[in-house]
Amino acid sequence: MAIDRWILTLVTFLPAAGALLLMFFPRGRRHEEHGHETFSSDNTIKWAALIISLVVFAGSLHLPANWDHSQHGFQAKYDVHAAWINSPKIDYHLGVDGVSMWLVVLTAFLVPVSIISSWNSVHGRMKEFMVLMLFLETAMIGVFLALDLFLFYVFWEATLIPMALLIGMYGHGRRIYAAVKFFLYTMVASVFMLAAIIWLYVKVGTFDYFAIQQALLTGQVKGLEEAAPWLFLGFFFAFAVKVPLFPFHTWLPDAHVEAPTAGSILLAGVLLKMGTYGLMRFNLGLLPEESRANASWIIALSIIGIIYGALVAMVQPNLKKLVAYSSVSHLGFVTLGIFSFTAAGADGAVYQMLNHGVSTGALFMMLGYLYDRRQTYEINEYGGVATPMPVYSTLFLIITLSSIGLPLLNGFIGEFLILTGAFQAKPIYAVLATSGVILSAAYMLWMVQRAFYGEIRQEANRTLPDITFRERLALVPLVVMAIVMGLASPYWMKSIDPSARKLNDPTSQYVKVESTRK
Amino acid sequence: MTQNPNLNLWLIPLLPLAGAALNGLFGARFPKRMVTAIAWIFPGLAFLQALWITSKFSGLGLPYIESHGAWVQISSFTVDFGFYLDQLSLVMLLVVTGVGFLIHIYSAGYMWEEGGYYRFFAYLNLFMFFMLMLILANNYLLMFVGWEGVGLASYLLIGFYFLKHSASQAGKKAFIVNRIGDFAFLLGMFLLIKTFGAASGTEVNPVGAVNVLDFTHIFSSIAGHPEMFAIGTAGSLTLTIIAFCMMFGATGKSAQIPLYTWLPDAMEGPTPVSALIHAATMVTAGIYMVARSSIIFDHAPAAQAAVAVIGAVTAIFAASIGITQFDIKRVLAYSTVSQLGYMFMACGVAAYSAAIFHLMTHAFFKALLFLSAGAVIHSLHHEQDMRNMGGLRKKLPITFAVMLVGTIAIAGIPPFAGFFSKDEILWKAYSSPHGHWALWLIGIITALMTSFYMFRMLFMTFLGERREAAHGHEEDGHGHDHHEIHESPWVMLAPLVILAALSIVGGWYWKPAVFSGENKFDAFLSPVFEHKAEPAAHMPAGGAPQTGAVESHDETALAVPSHAAPNGAGEHGNEELEHQLAYLSVAIALMGLGLAYLLYVRRPELPARIAESLGGSYKAVYNKYYVDEAYQAAVVDPIVDGSTDVLWKGMDVGVIDGAVNGAGTSAKFLSDRLRRMQSGNIRSYAVWVALGAAAVLAYMIYMGVQ
Repeated sequence: MAIDRWILTLVTFLPAAGALLLMFFPRGRRHEEHGHETFSSDNTIKWAALIISLVVFAGSLHLPANWDHSQHGFQAKYDVHAAWINSPKIDYHLGVDGVSMWLVVLTAFLVPVSIISSWNSVHGRMKEFMVLMLFLETAMIGVFLALDLFLFYVFWEATLIPMALLIGMYGHGRRIYAAVKFFLYTMVASVFMLAAIIWLYVKVGTFDYFAIQQALLTGQVKGLEEAAPWLFLGFFFAFAVKVPLFPFHTWLPDAHVEAPTAGSILLAGVLLKMGTYGLMRFNLGLLPEESRANASWIIALSIIGIIYGALVAMVQPNLKKLVAYSSVSHLGFVTLGIFSFTAAGADGAVYQMLNHGVSTGALFMMLGYLYDRRQTYEINEYGGVATPMPVYSTLFLIITLSSIGLPLLNGFIGEFLILTGAFQAKPIYAVLATSGVILSAAYMLWMVQRAFYGEIRQEANRTLPDITFRERLALVPLVVMAIVMGLASPYWMKSIDPSARKLNDPTSQYVKVESTRK
Repeated sequence: MTQNPNLNLWLIPLLPLAGAALNGLFGARFPKRMVTAIAWIFPGLAFLQALWITSKFSGLGLPYIESHGAWVQISSFTVDFGFYLDQLSLVMLLVVTGVGFLIHIYSAGYMWEEGGYYRFFAYLNLFMFFMLMLILANNYLLMFVGWEGVGLASYLLIGFYFLKHSASQAGKKAFIVNRIGDFAFLLGMFLLIKTFGAASGTEVNPVGAVNVLDFTHIFSSIAGHPEMFAIGTAGSLTLTIIAFCMMFGATGKSAQIPLYTWLPDAMEGPTPVSALIHAATMVTAGIYMVARSSIIFDHAPAAQAAVAVIGAVTAIFAASIGITQFDIKRVLAYSTVSQLGYMFMACGVAAYSAAIFHLMTHAFFKALLFLSAGAVIHSLHHEQDMRNMGGLRKKLPITFAVMLVGTIAIAGIPPFAGFFSKDEILWKAYSSPHGHWALWLIGIITALMTSFYMFRMLFMTFLGERREAAHGHEEDGHGHDHHEIHESPWVMLAPLVILAALSIVGGWYWKPAVFSGENKFDAFLSPVFEHKAEPAAHMPAGGAPQTGAVESHDETALAVPSHAAPNGAGEHGNEELEHQLAYLSVAIALMGLGLAYLLYVRRPELPARIAESLGGSYKAVYNKYYVDEAYQAAVVDPIVDGSTDVLWKGMDVGVIDGAVNGAGTSAKFLSDRLRRMQSGNIRSYAVWVALGAAAVLAYMIYMGVQ
């Protein structure tokens, strides 16, 4: 199909094009509303942004709908490769495999959903908000599709700016601190990756992923022996901060607590996956031997993250911080799966990335709904909320169950596969990590109990309105996905599994020059 | 054997799920009668289908298996939505749908006046769905779906009165304690996958080649390689570890030591829930799982012995607490724990059919007891303290009659159902090759206690004079005249009468050999359990289901042993002893009855004096040996305090974020925050020390591995 050649470019840049278009929208008349300035054109802008993001989502669905299951890694028919800059040699190269495809779909799914969920919770500067959201979408999708390392780095850093601005402009109390911390922390870490990329360019003479991979894996790069550990660490540090892997996680709770709801959804739902995706694509894909050699301590950090994140989440008095720390725990599972180097672990890790996007995205969305009503995330301010908000509470419980890995919901499949893989790698890994399953039930159910059950303690909560139609519109798709992905995982797995296995063992596609250490 | 007819097993769990969905989504808008109709019809249909299957059962090739596509499928293995029917699942199926249906009927009367009527039935139907998944699954992972799912339903139903703090607390506790058990179950499954899957690692198999967690795959792999798994080999060691994991999982679901603590608290739920979930069905899931995995346990003597010991100790331990309780539901709760202990013990001595037999009779009489206790509570407007009851025999004659039946049945007085099943367990505890006289002794002492506390409960409730609560019940005095005690409506009494009938005749099908019966129940179930692990290398060919072929997925025909020998039949020399022990256990039961009569009818002032003279030891038992308090102090508090002071405020905010927050000022900052280590809280010091030790240990392990 002719569209196949264009679809990746379209999905990547349509949001940015839409954002540019939105910038030319007139603001219309200015009003004062609750001390915020709003404009008569805000509604038009919201609708325009929503429609653009929905078109992007529809476009992203073209990929799974026309997926060629006979091809295991990257799909040749979608590959776009054109010269961009001649010196240094930087190409415009996008490509997609079973792993990145679903991350693109997830991104394109979460953006319209976050736009709907923050329909009425952005006070003032609506136009800039939507413009930032759409630019962010382009950058995120670009990260998952770029196959030129320089292009990748551009997209990677480009996600920082709109996200930091979203936090800084639309966040809560300490938003400036959080935005700066987020920006600096991940920026500094990325510099190490840039160094690694430049080293590779100098040695191989290209930024092209496939060319570099082939050069590295067939032993054509001089000096690799000495440089490999540093290359590995360069990439690893950038990705580990983004994941975030313990102990590089402390930017996350701050960023989440201060971020606006849509920012939190995309931060947890997509940005963190950029880290785990990067680990798979670059650390495993380019430096498989180093990855295996370093697996044990990375797994150790992952397991610490699982348990530590859960324990710290358990004692948080703030709802959003609790969910933020739970992300540290959940992403620990993902890195554990990746570095277990088993089929089950890799499949589970990819699936868990998607699950976490759905479940934690939904959790942040629902916390945002509470915040819209009460302007607080403190658990103590709630209690007994199930009485005025029964539907909301039921949906919250379903998402909670998905998050703690109840079978027949999405989270279980990912966790189960990861732990199966971890057990195959070394039983003690699974024994330790599985304790996270107990802890997740403890912190989530304790939170539900404190926030939703019991008698109402605060008068303000007595009259809270239940979830509205518009709020449901954003949330229900996520709930449906949590159920469908829990029941029909083979649909996803049949495209994930071959690609994930290929990333686990990239050397198999090349004729090896030297024997690998095992 | 010819082609099996299509039984559509999948419909059985899906019917109640449909009921749950209808009531859950739209129930708030339905009139109550409509909610009731939905809640009755769907489990009712499931029960009818179970009966229909029973009628076809004798012509089936067993195990009957149907598969409905993959649920999890990756390159190294596949897990199907598959269902499995054999003699064991049929018994479970009939018990769950039958007793479950009766309890649904009863609940309509019991819950009629309560808020959230539709929500209650949605949850109850949801429970049926998960429970039926659990017993019909054809692989461990799908069984785990039901396993966790019944935990969820239990969580929702225990916390049904979510405005009450104690109720939501109990629900959460049940879920988390069960999860601790599930943790072990999961580990067991990982080991199963590793053992019975294809070569592990990044193998290049055709996608989803192996249904690795299927019962048929695992059981036939074990049976097909007797030399690999013979006792004493490495294979048997692996199976022993798996069996220990499963056993620990079962202690959570079936409320055994050390994870029983959630069950007494679960009594916060509405009484029909206690009857259905916390007596008749869900808590027996652990027994079912062990029985289902009998081939694994038979190859794991150490785990088997542990099961027997845990069962016996739990039985007597819980019974002793039951003697001292005054809340009628808590007495029954501890009694349930104790009876489950019997079943566990039976599994541990490889008397699986005896365990399942007791599971069935227990479902009848314990559901009956809970429901009649519910009728009492209902009549007294939510009074549960037996000290405020008494003399209800006249006011509630039918309730009294059925509760008497239930009490006699559980006490083990013939010819009521409980006698046959309990006596079989006691006999097997003594005579089985895996048995021991000490197990029998604990069992018989427990029997004495059981009879005593059950008749104590009956007498305190129904005999003597009516005792009013001293404080006069302001809270439930919503216009009810407190003296207006009347019998429950027919919708509650009818299920009671049916269950009472079952509690009488339910044991007759067994007619143990000792009473010159045919031992039909044992003969019926024996094909499922006939696969004794041989220390020697040879193995009877007919004993294992689907010997040899690993991938005989569609071939459901199985050579049912033409004449399964009942387990106890060979021991003619022991027949006399078996008789004597049976008489002894009847005498013991009557002794318990007499003692209760003496203490609670003839000399009702005595128990208090005895309790007083026992002093501290009585208090310890009355307070359930302070186990909950010990868990709280030894596990929960350190985790919460340690996480707060050490991990969060010390490590995360102090050390890590402190280090991040300013390169220049970090030194000052760090030392400042490190002061927080010295919080003065002993527990946090303990956690710091533990953390340090763990780090050193981890380093040493790491170095050792390299």
